[in-house]
Amino acid sequence: MKFAVKAWSKGGRARTGVLQLGSCPIPIETPSLLLSTRKGLPIFIAPDLLPSLPSPDSHLLQISPLHFLEGPSPKTISNIGGLHEMLGLHNYGFAAAPRDSMVCLPVSEKSNHIGASFETPGGRLLIKPADYVEMVSSLKPNVWASLADEVPAYVSAKRNRTSVDRTIHWLDDCISLDPAGGSSVFGAIVGGSSIEERIRCAQEVAKRNVSGYWIGGFGLGESMDERPSLLNEVVENLPKERPRQICGLGLPEEILQGVAAGIDLFDSTYIYHLTLGGFALTFPLDRTERHFSDCHLSDTTGSDNAKINLRATIYRKDTSPIVDGCSCYTCQNHTRAYINHLINVHEMLAQILLEIHNTHHYLLFFRKIREAIEEGEFDHFCQEFVNGRRDYVAMVAACS
Amino acid sequence: VRTMALRFEVLGRFNRARAAQLTLPHFVCQTPLFMPVGTQGTIKGLTTSQLKDIGCQIILGNTYHLELRPGSELIDELGGLHKFMNWPRAMLTDSGGFQMVVSLLHLADITEKGVTFQSPVDGKPMLLTPEESIQIQNKIGADIIMALDDVVKTTITGPRVEEAMYRTLRWIDRCIAAHKRPNEQNLFGIVQGGLDPVLRDICVRGLVDRNLPGYAIGGLAGGEEKDSFWRVVAQCTSNLPEDKPRYVMGVGYPLDIVVCSALGADMYDCVYPTRTARFGTALVPEGVLKLKHKVMADDVRPIDPECTCMVCKNYTRAYIHSLVTKDAMGSQLLSYHNLFYMMRLSRDLHTSIIKGCFPECFPKGDVPEWVCNAMEVAGVDISACCLPLSSSQD
Ligand SMILES: [Zn+2]
Ligand SMILES: [Zn+2]
Repeated sequence: MKFAVKAWSKGGRARTGVLQLGSCPIPIETPSLLLSTRKGLPIFIAPDLLPSLPSPDSHLLQISPLHFLEGPSPKTISNIGGLHEMLGLHNYGFAAAPRDSMVCLPVSEKSNHIGASFETPGGRLLIKPADYVEMVSSLKPNVWASLADEVPAYVSAKRNRTSVDRTIHWLDDCISLDPAGGSSVFGAIVGGSSIEERIRCAQEVAKRNVSGYWIGGFGLGESMDERPSLLNEVVENLPKERPRQICGLGLPEEILQGVAAGIDLFDSTYIYHLTLGGFALTFPLDRTERHFSDCHLSDTTGSDNAKINLRATIYRKDTSPIVDGCSCYTCQNHTRAYINHLINVHEMLAQILLEIHNTHHYLLFFRKIREAIEEGEFDHFCQEFVNGRRDYVAMVAACS
Repeated sequence: VRTMALRFEVLGRFNRARAAQLTLPHFVCQTPLFMPVGTQGTIKGLTTSQLKDIGCQIILGNTYHLELRPGSELIDELGGLHKFMNWPRAMLTDSGGFQMVVSLLHLADITEKGVTFQSPVDGKPMLLTPEESIQIQNKIGADIIMALDDVVKTTITGPRVEEAMYRTLRWIDRCIAAHKRPNEQNLFGIVQGGLDPVLRDICVRGLVDRNLPGYAIGGLAGGEEKDSFWRVVAQCTSNLPEDKPRYVMGVGYPLDIVVCSALGADMYDCVYPTRTARFGTALVPEGVLKLKHKVMADDVRPIDPECTCMVCKNYTRAYIHSLVTKDAMGSQLLSYHNLFYMMRLSRDLHTSIIKGCFPECFPKGDVPEWVCNAMEVAGVDISACCLPLSSSQD
């Protein structure tokens, strides 16, 4: 793995970079979205439909080794030749982390000094560093996060301190257990809502010879307001030349918050939750086009100016694509009315089409973020986005 | 002469078996062919572009389900089902009656007027008449539409079978009269008559007199003996016109398709390949492969080493094993393979009939007795297949 910072936002921490992974022939530009997967493949997008997504933007996939506790066994995965071979995705990059924010979540009260506890599809399991490294060694992802003891924001200061101690300890274990000597490890950083612990963890991890950083413990009950200072302190204590990945930030506003703090890689569980809820992203990607949808869209189905809920009956006869001019497979081929029907009759194609559009739309959002940083417009970009949302909320309130 | 919206050209024969080109308003199909079932305006878990990649020529929609949701009214308003689901190739809809009788048997009541059933929406009694079935299908807009018939289970005997057959004949005239788009949609009549050769014969003659664009053999694949099944098919195909397509309804097991094709049938439909995929079963030349089985967990071979589909080119049995019945992708990938398998079977039947090597389509190894009996009637010598050590080049 190679990473280089390309540009910094004016007077800020936001940055663009280039991530080069052995298996990916084309370098991935950061800030970048990692596609969520289940056992290595996108949840609904079949591998033959993957190439329809923007490239190379879509070539970075997130995997959780814990998914493979249901099989195949590490030995069989090794026999097959690892993830890339097993999934037939040779030109894709894989970033592994235990937590996936969808079906594998940490259970902090059950974790102990031996290992971290997770809720997984196969039940609650205690994962020891050795088990984890064995899984990773058979999967051979391009990069992988060390095992972390993630705790929610409400735990005691003592429990939070313990989690930092354990996470650093397990990072050392992961590096020493890894047959490759930890050459592709992203050191996990925790510390909850404590600035001191966040700094302590970041500084300790920064001392280790890791190729990047995986920032955990977010999206676990902390408030959105306390996040910037926590993120800034973490990033402040990390070397600038290595990539930073975060878990648990998904909403557009959260992505912007993370990018502003200097985060390079984000997971896409937001897409997954949108898709399951029947939502499609519709926010304008072009700044000149930024306008507001009509008031009647603000029905009780949760539509706003960022997304629409295709479950709503107003789309029953709507023969327009989700987003006019969107070049994704879904918008090129199908109407809102058809997706509304598919949702109504519980057909899986609804999720397939929504995941395609939402992923496509979000990947383009990341492109716009990179462009804004490179043009020195990132602050302006964030402001416009946030204001757009605020104005919309105000307008809806005025309409009702 | 009644107008027709299809052309059926036989390109080659192997005794009773025929390979043909069926030109429909939306697609030029090669027969024998298999039609995947897309009940609610989608083949479960596959996009229309994948269906094209797989080689699907014609898909089936279920009138009953489509009328419930989203409704034929809406489909018509939005330009027909082809446009609604963005499927450019051919399509067939059933009459809607079968679903009511079979899925809701205890709630359905058949009278001369039509099929009365309890609405699944509000529980009120609803009547589907032959006229309404055709009206709905005219709105959906498929290339082939099916007449409403009076279906009885093949396991039923006695006067009810005769009543159903005669009623089916009376209803066909009502269907023909109600059909408003004969230049764009082909109305197929359905041969009924249970397992009774005399009743089947009367029904075939009655329908042939109406000079329909195509004919279906109905009321089969419902649990009857295999020997009874093929005999009905053999009898019907021998009396149906040579220049019209013949469709055996509800047939989808690969071996059944091969046998029916040998007997001169052209079209088949069944939920089996996609339904069995969702339960973790793959179709392979040797029969089926149960991916759920423990022995698959460490099997690093593809589902079918001979298969050239996207799934077999990329995935091991071990990986699919970890997905089936747990992850959406498991049924997506298996459905893809199974439909690919069915399309390959259809293509193999077509080319082998044309090349004169039809017996090669039979699975090697043990051939069941009923197949041997059927092949004697079909004039297909499968003795080479029955020999365990014979090579396929023979
Ligand atoms: Zn789109
Ligand atoms: Zn295959």
